[in-house]
Amino acid sequence: MKNKQIIKTTSWSAGPGCHGGCGVLAHIEDGRFVKIEGDPDHPWNQGRLCARALAMTQYVYHEDRLTRPLKRVGKRGEAHFEEITWEEAFDTIEARMNEIKAESGPESMIFSMGTGRDIGPWICMLAYAFGSPNVMFALSGNACYSPRIAALDTIQGDFCVFDAGQWLEGRYDHPEYQVPECMIIWGYNISATCPDNLFGHWIIDLMKKGTKIICVDPRLSFFASRSKHWLQIRPGTDAALAMGMLYVIINEGLYDHDFLETYTDAPRLVRKDTGQLLRHSDVDPVGNPENFVVIDRQTEKTAIWDTGDQEFFPAATIPALSGNFNIELLDGSCVECITAWDAFLESVAPYTPEAVEKITMIPAREMALAARLYASSKPAAIHWGVPIDMTPEITPLCHAIAALWALTGNLDVPGGNVFTRPAFNAVAYALPGAEGVIKLKNQDQDKPRIGREEYGPFDHFIWRCQTDKVLDQIFSEDPYPVKGLWMQTCNPLSGIGLDPELWQKALEKLDFIVGVDLFMTPSLRYADIILPAATFLEKEGVRSWWVPLQSINETCRVDQCRSDLEINFELARRFDPDLKWETIHGLFDDIVRPSGMSFKELQARGWALPPENHPSRPYRRHEKGLLRQDGKPGFATPSGKFELYSTLRENWGLPALPYHKEPPFTPVSRPDLAKDYPLILSTGRRSPAFFHSEHRNIPWLRQLDPDPVVEIHPETAARHGIGSGEWVVVENWMGHARFKAKVTKIVPPWMVMAAHGWWFPEKKDDPLFDTFSSNINVLIPMNEQGDDGLGAPIKHLMCRIRKETQKGEQ
Amino acid sequence: MSVLSNQGLLIDYEYCTGCFACQIACAQEYGWEAGMSGIDVMEIVQDLPKGKAYLSFLPFPTELCSLCSRRTKKGKKPACVHHCMANVITHGRVEELAHRLADKPRMVLWSPK
Repeated sequence: MKNKQIIKTTSWSAGPGCHGGCGVLAHIEDGRFVKIEGDPDHPWNQGRLCARALAMTQYVYHEDRLTRPLKRVGKRGEAHFEEITWEEAFDTIEARMNEIKAESGPESMIFSMGTGRDIGPWICMLAYAFGSPNVMFALSGNACYSPRIAALDTIQGDFCVFDAGQWLEGRYDHPEYQVPECMIIWGYNISATCPDNLFGHWIIDLMKKGTKIICVDPRLSFFASRSKHWLQIRPGTDAALAMGMLYVIINEGLYDHDFLETYTDAPRLVRKDTGQLLRHSDVDPVGNPENFVVIDRQTEKTAIWDTGDQEFFPAATIPALSGNFNIELLDGSCVECITAWDAFLESVAPYTPEAVEKITMIPAREMALAARLYASSKPAAIHWGVPIDMTPEITPLCHAIAALWALTGNLDVPGGNVFTRPAFNAVAYALPGAEGVIKLKNQDQDKPRIGREEYGPFDHFIWRCQTDKVLDQIFSEDPYPVKGLWMQTCNPLSGIGLDPELWQKALEKLDFIVGVDLFMTPSLRYADIILPAATFLEKEGVRSWWVPLQSINETCRVDQCRSDLEINFELARRFDPDLKWETIHGLFDDIVRPSGMSFKELQARGWALPPENHPSRPYRRHEKGLLRQDGKPGFATPSGKFELYSTLRENWGLPALPYHKEPPFTPVSRPDLAKDYPLILSTGRRSPAFFHSEHRNIPWLRQLDPDPVVEIHPETAARHGIGSGEWVVVENWMGHARFKAKVTKIVPPWMVMAAHGWWFPEKKDDPLFDTFSSNINVLIPMNEQGDDGLGAPIKHLMCRIRKETQKGEQ
Repeated sequence: MSVLSNQGLLIDYEYCTGCFACQIACAQEYGWEAGMSGIDVMEIVQDLPKGKAYLSFLPFPTELCSLCSRRTKKGKKPACVHHCMANVITHGRVEELAHRLADKPRMVLWSPK
């Protein structure tokens, strides 16, 4: 008689690869995982489950799973390894890393991760226990999620997402909830992979309940086909589109006047001579530079917005929103000032629908209709995907989009864009802006963090190092050498690394590399020690990435695999004998403490939503004083307002108003290159079969999407003599890669879309699993981040295509 | 027994996103090797006037579909119905499902077995 159990747990990380959240039922027979099903009682997915999660039986017991620690016995990259014990692995790592610390300081070890896994806090815990602040998300310009979060922290003090009732008991049926009348899906095929801590098909639920879709996408996605307005944008021009929509909404008076007056910084004055904010200290010798000057429209005299008290002085001030004012400065000279609202209007003014059509290729009329639909729908929501991060001017772009939801009164209202914080403020994952229980011991330890001094957001919100600067520093050794790399579920040669041949040289140069992963990958073949990690089914954990607060419960074990946390905890204790926690459950208890539960209690419940009037639960928290630490109404920004003019951007020496700037490699910015490379190269379209570079070795999934594909429009394919299914070479000045042509009208004639993350786990004899032959990142440069260190040109490069004349020919 | 009293699958293909959950749910349920499943998702790009196109996905029950009688006898939904991410597959008696076809367009009723 078999011992059969069904264990409830939460998906996250290794396995489906996504950012998790689904409640699942793991069927266990005699300790062996035999089947997975979606948990019908779970509010997140309500029984549903994706292809990648449903393929877990092939993943967990895959014959290629790493199940024992390994050490390198041949040369770097030769792929000769030998099994060792965990004890030997830990001893070796401890000794080598301590040598590096003694020789070059702890900061010369970099701790690198890939997409948002259940390793974020644990890799920080290990790095900080070792003494290094250099935790790296290995994508150029850190161009996934944290730029969007940092941009919104800058402008509005908190991140927000579309509201699908995920905070509410009963979800869509909760009396407080309202279905959005309209949603803009901006660069997002979310239903394919469920990124960013959201369940993509919630949007399909809403569509069935009547939500109309506006889709911004150069590709004909599911959403584009079903949208009321499909805005087929030229990649890299999204900020111009957002500015154009603002132009229509403002000029047609479709914005929320009350919100503008009450909750934005519209009235504060901006100097015309410097283009900067007029500060209290500019007009009063004892004035506080963190306070701002407005004009009282009753007295036509200056008044002060006291950011500490969140009040005007005098208190009866009714500030002017518009106008030109001459203000006397301390030295007796006069300076002309306008309001931040007028400065904002000036920045929007050039983006007429006609001008925007020229930049974006979106017909002016269609754009204007979409702007009107969005602004006249109450409520309406916008949700955006990673293409927003994947452009160097990411922050001005986010600023413009944020102004859309703010000025239409859709911020933190039911069915709108709702502020999102980790449930109960229990922070397991050290996202930008959030501070969890895992911290550096002191601020001095943070000083050598690469990129912190140079880039404002990295000093304020993003507790990682700047990836392009790290790669530079590996070669330059300036201001200090980088000696070692801890690489945890991260594959820079195949997935996350742009210009991967440069990453290969970097891996070759380092003295010591530890790899933690579930399967041997191209990057792992450069490791000195490899540690086998567990899937989500084989571990305990906490997930508080937005809502709900969830426990991850162990359902089975595979050979000697250990969870990322177990691995990092053991080493953290070795490096820091004073580590705060003695047991992993003690750490979990500390993380979930704000919920009032212990980890065991959370496990018993499975998941929990924050109670009403908790700062991590909507709605209208800016009205209730739930967003700011001082408990006053408003936002957690320097001014306390939604900032049309960004104080922090000004402090960082960056443009404080939104704008569009043509990205570095487009037919517009580089007509010289366009002669040889006339097609726009976009990359990274999502496949429901894969998460980034994973799952190529899972038979059920690989069969769904067997080859690296480039999508080519039939006209373009015909011009190049290319038929569907033929192999083609995609090339530019950086390099080339081979893909199988999918001739389809999904893409416009002027763009090709190449799949990313390709390597060939079946090519075991090739030391790097042939990872450079169909790796589109070979064509994309590093070091094109924006002025604030964020963003990378991943969606808008340039290329040409040709038919491959013989197999493997390049 | 008439076809009308048989079981069927009603598919609202307007909202099928092509996520393949049905296909892999079936592969897991029956242990099919890669490439086989009781339901296959097809991508259909239709040409429209003026160079435009429309993207649809259509789950198609194959010869391997048994309508999960093993599951439905226990009161469970077929594996594909249970896991469909867009909730577009409904299982039931063909006769009842046929009535639902009148409720909304862009649906198809399969009677696979």
